[in-house]
Amino acid sequence: MPAAAGAAVAADVPAMWAKLTSEVAAGARFAGLFATARSDHLLLSAHLARPAGIAIVETALPPAAASYPALTPRLGAAFWYEREIRDLFGIVPAGHPRLEPLILPLEGAQSPRPRPGAPGGPAVAEPDPRALPQHVIGPGMFTIPHGPVRSGVMESVEYLVETPGEDIPHLNMRVFYKHRGIEKRFEGMTPADGVLLAERTEGTASVAHALAYCHALERMAGVEVPWAAALVRVLHAELERVACHLDVAVRLADAAGLAVATARFGWHKEEVLRLVSQLCGSRFGRGVVIAGGVSALPLMSTADLLAAAGRLDARVTADVRALMGTASFLDRLRRTGPLPPGRAAEHGALGPVGKASGFADDARLARPYDAYPRLGLRPAGPHDEGDALARLRVRWDEVGQSLHLLRQAADELSEAAAGPLRAPCHPHDGRSVGWAEAPQGEVLYDVRIEGGRLTRCRARSASFHNLVLMHEVFAGDILTDFPFIEASFGLSVAGVAG
Amino acid sequence: MWVLAGLRHGVLTTRWPARPDQYAQASRGPAVVTTARPPDADQLASLCPTGAIGVTGGALSLDQGRCVQCGRCVSARPEVFAWSAGPAGAALARPGLIAGDLPENPENLAALSERLRARTRALRRSVHLRHVDAGSDGTEEWEILALLNPVYDVHRLGIFFTASPRHADVLLVTGSGARGMTEPLRRTYEAMPHPKVVIAVGTDAVSGGLVSPSYATTAGVAATVPVDVWLPGSPPSPFAILHALLLALGRLPGGAGAQR
Repeated sequence: MPAAAGAAVAADVPAMWAKLTSEVAAGARFAGLFATARSDHLLLSAHLARPAGIAIVETALPPAAASYPALTPRLGAAFWYEREIRDLFGIVPAGHPRLEPLILPLEGAQSPRPRPGAPGGPAVAEPDPRALPQHVIGPGMFTIPHGPVRSGVMESVEYLVETPGEDIPHLNMRVFYKHRGIEKRFEGMTPADGVLLAERTEGTASVAHALAYCHALERMAGVEVPWAAALVRVLHAELERVACHLDVAVRLADAAGLAVATARFGWHKEEVLRLVSQLCGSRFGRGVVIAGGVSALPLMSTADLLAAAGRLDARVTADVRALMGTASFLDRLRRTGPLPPGRAAEHGALGPVGKASGFADDARLARPYDAYPRLGLRPAGPHDEGDALARLRVRWDEVGQSLHLLRQAADELSEAAAGPLRAPCHPHDGRSVGWAEAPQGEVLYDVRIEGGRLTRCRARSASFHNLVLMHEVFAGDILTDFPFIEASFGLSVAGVAG
Repeated sequence: MWVLAGLRHGVLTTRWPARPDQYAQASRGPAVVTTARPPDADQLASLCPTGAIGVTGGALSLDQGRCVQCGRCVSARPEVFAWSAGPAGAALARPGLIAGDLPENPENLAALSERLRARTRALRRSVHLRHVDAGSDGTEEWEILALLNPVYDVHRLGIFFTASPRHADVLLVTGSGARGMTEPLRRTYEAMPHPKVVIAVGTDAVSGGLVSPSYATTAGVAATVPVDVWLPGSPPSPFAILHALLLALGRLPGGAGAQR
């Protein structure tokens, strides 16, 4: 497993920004920015993804600093990250182009902020809608507020569709409604309890979050996961990917009004969740991944697992062929919600959203972990159309890869099952980064442990990094394209709001 | 041809609750206490990361409304704790989820059940559901949506989802009670016509689960809306959600035997 480099410390904020922008210009991917409250100052930390691992660049702000020069004007991908930092810490990124509340709207600079990293903080932080701007500009323009309670069973988020009637020249997103204060909640937990919260940070990617979190702990403790455990982890991570991609197919088919396709893919998804529950008791693979390995072997025999995977593969393949041959369906996706390859690369778009626009940085291939280096995972065919159709094609490629990996891992496991399932992993002090490729894209955890307790746990989902791109993909699309575009991104609001 | 594809595998739909269903019976629920008075009861409360295990005078109790199904207690002490199985996870009163050495109060339960039944009598065979996410982790939405897939197909029971709270009879609330959702949730509840029923779906909605205490949540949705049916689970299975719905509507076969 490639190591995360130790943190490179910059002298001050301008020096840090200079280092970040030159690294990004040299080919590194900006993977996030966050802050940590230390005893008397704030620490700004950025993640850079490189083939060798995830590098940290950070700098300490002067004590009592009320602002710092914003990164966003120089590196657009920091747009939401700096808004999040303002919400959680109250510090102002000066020069940010649109510094509106994102995950926690509070009125006034004096409101106490949660300040993850430092003990204490407010017991209650009530979101204040007065802190949000309301503006509609232009002749004949009006705003269609879509949410937070929307038709259908969906996670709470509000889309403000600014439209003259049919086109969508501008879209605004309010994700704060379901902010749960997850990062602050990690603090004070034991490392073993932390994995339970990681599984609930973005529940549809429970396994990937648990993996990224545990990878950070394992790197901190210098622990190598036993081979059998590495295989069980791959089994569950790939089944989670298949379930998420089938969920996207259900939503797309439903949006297109294809009743039979909706039912068929809903059935396949149910079968995957049942298979997962037969393997471990939980339909979401919860409780499997623990620091140092896995909690148990699959409760199902290899032969049964292979038979189930084979049945699933045959059924899904037949229905995918039918779906991708349904002209009325493809018409709704083709050229809908296009993300230009240049923008995807500039932002460092993750997962299927990036891959569909020619920007593929799959952590399983670029920074492999667990059993992936020794299993035959090959990059899927290139896509660069960037539309909703390309995103769906990427998902079908990934489902094929996943079922292939699943079979390989199950085969290997029948021989490896006699080996140990966990290595002792009890880090007492330290700080490390862990990552995993969730169905939505790369998940990053930056974990700090002091005195055997978590003192800061940065949980950055792919959903947070990717959702901001929804702002930009409505060129020429109209209101009825909205459900297709949203479904094609395949993100979870829980992972965005934190 | 989608028509042929739809016919290819015959009828996939469960017949539960009219007929038993193997997967429903095997579905894992929250943990339960099987040995109420182990000699070291006082030490066992610390096994639980959400404080679901209580000890009173040497007797253990387990609040399923706080259980996040992590399985710590079951794997550490399999002779004291076990998984519950089957869909019957919901209760009509919050204390009904606290299993263990507590006195039962069947009279109270019967009265509660009768009041709810009277309220939902008019709805029986045509029920419309509205869901609100008040800070879930995203899994409860998947499990609720599963009720529409051909395996569960709640339409066969006269249960439908509706977009408008004005047409809704039952409110399914998920999530730990994110403060940003307090007002939208309250307004959705108020927009619903009487009679109405609220079901807290999942351990997060019942007690805040592992996410609470937090500055950003109200530790469960009961702080905002009056809950009629409490369904633990992290997340509860689709069968458990269906059971909770039928419990609310007084439509479970076997009557009070399936209630608590």
